[in-house]
Amino acid sequence: MNVVFWKELADHFSSRRFMILLAITVLTGAWAIYAAGQSIRQDAEATAAEYVFLLLLTSQSGGLLSLATFLGLLGPLVGIMLGFDTISGEYARGTLSRVLSQPIYRDSLINGKFLAGLATVAILWASILLLVIGLGIVLVGFPPNAEELWRMLIFTIVGIIYVGFWLALALLFSLLFQRTVTAALGSLALWLFLAIFAPLVAQIVAGFIAPDPSTPEQLARQADIAAMINRISPSTLFGESVHILLNPTARILGVALAEQTQGILLTPLALSQSLLLILPQLTTLFALVAVCFGISYVKFMRAEIRA
Amino acid sequence: MSVIIETAKLTKRYRDLVAVNELNLKVEEGEIFGFLGPNGAGKTTTILMLLGLSEPTSGHAAVCGFDPTRLPLEVKKRVGYLPESPGFYDDLTGRENLLYIARLNRIPREEADRRISRLLEQVGLADDGDRLAQEYSRGMKQRLGIAEVLVKEPKVVIMDEPTLGIDPDGVTRILEIITGLSRERGMTIMLSSHLLHQVQQICHRIGIIVKGKMIVQGDIHKLGDAILKERQWNFLLEVDGKTDGLETELRSISGIAAVETHARGWLLRCTKDVRPDLVSLVTQKGLSLLQLRSEDPTLEEIYLKYFREA
Repeated sequence: MNVVFWKELADHFSSRRFMILLAITVLTGAWAIYAAGQSIRQDAEATAAEYVFLLLLTSQSGGLLSLATFLGLLGPLVGIMLGFDTISGEYARGTLSRVLSQPIYRDSLINGKFLAGLATVAILWASILLLVIGLGIVLVGFPPNAEELWRMLIFTIVGIIYVGFWLALALLFSLLFQRTVTAALGSLALWLFLAIFAPLVAQIVAGFIAPDPSTPEQLARQADIAAMINRISPSTLFGESVHILLNPTARILGVALAEQTQGILLTPLALSQSLLLILPQLTTLFALVAVCFGISYVKFMRAEIRA
Repeated sequence: MSVIIETAKLTKRYRDLVAVNELNLKVEEGEIFGFLGPNGAGKTTTILMLLGLSEPTSGHAAVCGFDPTRLPLEVKKRVGYLPESPGFYDDLTGRENLLYIARLNRIPREEADRRISRLLEQVGLADDGDRLAQEYSRGMKQRLGIAEVLVKEPKVVIMDEPTLGIDPDGVTRILEIITGLSRERGMTIMLSSHLLHQVQQICHRIGIIVKGKMIVQGDIHKLGDAILKERQWNFLLEVDGKTDGLETELRSISGIAAVETHARGWLLRCTKDVRPDLVSLVTQKGLSLLQLRSEDPTLEEIYLKYFREA
């Protein structure tokens, strides 16, 4: 597996694709930091003073996306771009049967490829975050505190799992469709569906189940149902996790009635409490990756290698 | 000599299509075995099953004494496989491609370097080893493929259509390399092909597979003799000079059953070897003999005969 891992990693890093991804992420990362720098002063007054650094990731100025949202959008693209030709590419080049007739276990090939993809994602994500911290120190004038570092670190891990899902999905598609183009388009289509249409569908279905939003309770119920359905999409799971992680004061997901929020103190939550809040999201996200990769794994182990 | 590859009632079914049907195959140590059959006869499917890249529906195979379905790694350690038109990583050089395979085989770096240089030399790619694989021509890729197969120093080499789509010069080089391997290193080689005359040049034994069934298997010469026995002696006679009346005289020679006019001579179907009689007749009539050729059955004929019977 080691051999496959290092080769794939080297392939990723020397590929033009990776250069493009790196350029996009670094440019937009820098831009997002710059934009956040513009608005950070106002936002800083609204938040707890000890978490200014996290604002760099979440603050959005004048309609621009925050870095966290932006990474949530770009993540699927990175995952799909790195994964769509994992197996189908080998088929297309006719190298798969040659490699698999060497004395290696089949799973070491697919594991090595998947791990190499994950490692690439991790390096991309970590480099963005380091960039943010570096620019942030220049911008804010003081280094992040331990709590902020922890939150950023966990944010990175969640992000890698999130991109890992798209990587696993692209891998699965590259195995199901032996043509590279079909695999790429299939994964992109699913991404668009989950990102754009799933919320609409969720809204409609929620409207059917709780049709009468006349009272606040009904309205809240409808919103809750919609949110539940939305949580099928890993983007929603990621969005919610990141929201709680990077906003220590946030303690509720979705709609809360006035009487429920009454008396809540707006003090920041401890990291462990924030994590507890998003534990279901994190587990689901992780499970989605495992299921996706699991299906590819089983499929690949039993596949007939003809090319 | 021990048996290296053996299958017993090996069968592969795809839904309603039987690709390989109760195939019994035997390849002995040190021989070059030609696996012949028309396109879609089940050659590649059989090879894939021998390597554990595809699971047989029923039946059993043993390569070097190991079952490829249960112990694919043991088989793959000993068998080199060259697929039909092998592909390489385009963005790596020929040498790097081989190196990757060597690393997958856990060959130490120094040893791998040594072997690769020697093999590139052997297949005539010594000067092209450091060029990117995407610049290679088809024939070069095929030769790089052979070098790759040999990196792990296998006991057995299985090649799927090794000469497909290669120019005549390239084919000759590949066939030379293959015979060299067999002669110098005593490697067992199994190659599939539908190009018969090439196989005829180098194979010791052949097996013919049609529609998933092994129709005949054995020594090329013995297969030829088997046909000869059924057929009569056939000769092609071509002479120069005044040939009037020669045909009637030919008919009068005992042993000649039929005389057919051919493009530039006569095709004689005989019941025994009449060549001495023919030569003396031709000299006696003052004609010059241009050719007197016995029409041996070529592999093509053997193949067609069995193919049609199937």
